[in-house]
Amino acid sequence: MSSDQATRTKQPLVALAGVNKWFGDLQVLKDINLDIANGEVIVVIGPSGSGKSTLCRCINRLEGVQQGEIRLDGVLLPEEGKALARLRSEVGMVFQSFNLFAHKTILENVTLGPIKVRKVRKAEAEQRGRLLLERVGIAEQADKFPAQLSGGQQQRAAIARALAMEPKVLLFDEPTSALDPEMINEVLDVMTSLAREGMTMVVVTHEMGFARKAADRVVFMDHGKIVEEATPETFFTNPRSDRAKDFLSKILTH
Amino acid sequence: MQALLDNLDRLWAGFLTTLAMSVAAAVAATILGTILAAFRVSPLPPLRALGATYVQLVRNTPLTAVFFIVIFGLPAVDVTFQNFFIAAIVALSVYTAAFVCEVVRSGINSVSTGQAEAARAIGLTFGQSLRDVVLPQAFRSVVPPLGNLWIALVKNSAIAGGGFAVADIAQLAPSLARDNPAQVLAIFGGIALAYMVITVPSGIAVGVIERRTAILR
Ligand SMILES: Nc1ncnc2c1ncn2[C@@H]1O[C@H](COP(=O)(O)OP(=O)(O)O)[C@@H](O)[C@H]1O
Ligand SMILES: [Mg+2]
Repeated sequence: MSSDQATRTKQPLVALAGVNKWFGDLQVLKDINLDIANGEVIVVIGPSGSGKSTLCRCINRLEGVQQGEIRLDGVLLPEEGKALARLRSEVGMVFQSFNLFAHKTILENVTLGPIKVRKVRKAEAEQRGRLLLERVGIAEQADKFPAQLSGGQQQRAAIARALAMEPKVLLFDEPTSALDPEMINEVLDVMTSLAREGMTMVVVTHEMGFARKAADRVVFMDHGKIVEEATPETFFTNPRSDRAKDFLSKILTH
Repeated sequence: MQALLDNLDRLWAGFLTTLAMSVAAAVAATILGTILAAFRVSPLPPLRALGATYVQLVRNTPLTAVFFIVIFGLPAVDVTFQNFFIAAIVALSVYTAAFVCEVVRSGINSVSTGQAEAARAIGLTFGQSLRDVVLPQAFRSVVPPLGNLWIALVKNSAIAGGGFAVADIAQLAPSLARDNPAQVLAIFGGIALAYMVITVPSGIAVGVIERRTAILR
């Protein structure tokens, strides 16, 4: 490893410092400080409305923040325009509701970004796209439209679409919450293997099995604050805060 | 009836003029209206204001007044057109674009916000996400109302011949009627029929386009 790479791996890949965000009068993020190292997998957990989605959306600036700094690879997120678009292409996002492009085939969904943003030739983008679809186990669905796929297949296609941009970090906002129970594992399996391969990930999920298997760190949020950070083992067996204990007792009952 | 048959060559020429004027204006109005709709949803406030002002001004002006402004008003500020035919296409396009804008904008609003967010999340710029993701879906959902506008435009084009010396099919009606007062009903009926030769197949074509482009959801 060159010295240049060595210094780069020391600095966090994603760094949030003193981030505050309001929607009107409602403060949704309160003094968020969070460093995410290259290759780290973070699971964000917390009650509904605690600001988990907003945190994710701020990292690729689908939402702006009023105070604080967010850096990717040491660089402040650009305000808007082409620079912001370029930044977003390096931060993948997987949504709860998949959001596959409804008028495009699965393969076209996966190749749109590489062709339009990275200016990759169509044939090359398609070849790589098919490999990605194979990797997430839906190669035979390439020429279908999103509505023809099951929820689990759609979400895996959405992961392939994000991977096609070769992002530095992948954000997942409750990727399995809209899925029927029998499809949850096929998506979590793909995510687990990504984590094993060293992808940097921020995952909002209540799937404790995934957190235990794949996460380096659990971040517990409540009312817009990061209340607790710990390894999955520590967090689930021995939470410190009363709010985390209370929350865990609720999600453990079912 | 005989008056129509005796003037088939003039009818045919007028029909072609109406058809050419309508097709050119429909294409121009659809393009201009789509650009205006993009302005109206743009992140840049001046563009939004421009789009909104255009729609308010044009939508609330009678089409005949738009014709007067284009044909007699603009030359006063040194904007002139080669002939009345071109000027009529401009007037029809400018007028219809305001309505196209609003139809396309409602189409854009019918596309779920998740689509545009996913587009931005893979790094598409606002313009790219509009062109490659949002507009293709927006158009599919507004084919029927857009078709209505195209059909209305064909009929609105009659103002060009009726009032502004364009030799379209509408201009033929009064002159044929003057020369053949006994056949007035047949003449006007025949002219109306000629419009239907354009509008009815247009309506059918719109239905076909709607079915062909429907998106599975
Ligand atoms: N676009 C928005 N406008 C106004 N309030 C919002 C918006 N998005 C989220 N909120 C509010 O912000 C808070 C945090 O929301 P969110 O980040 O979605 O929480 P979580 O993902 O943890 O459920 C909630 O109170 C929610 O109602
Ligand atoms: Mg959420």
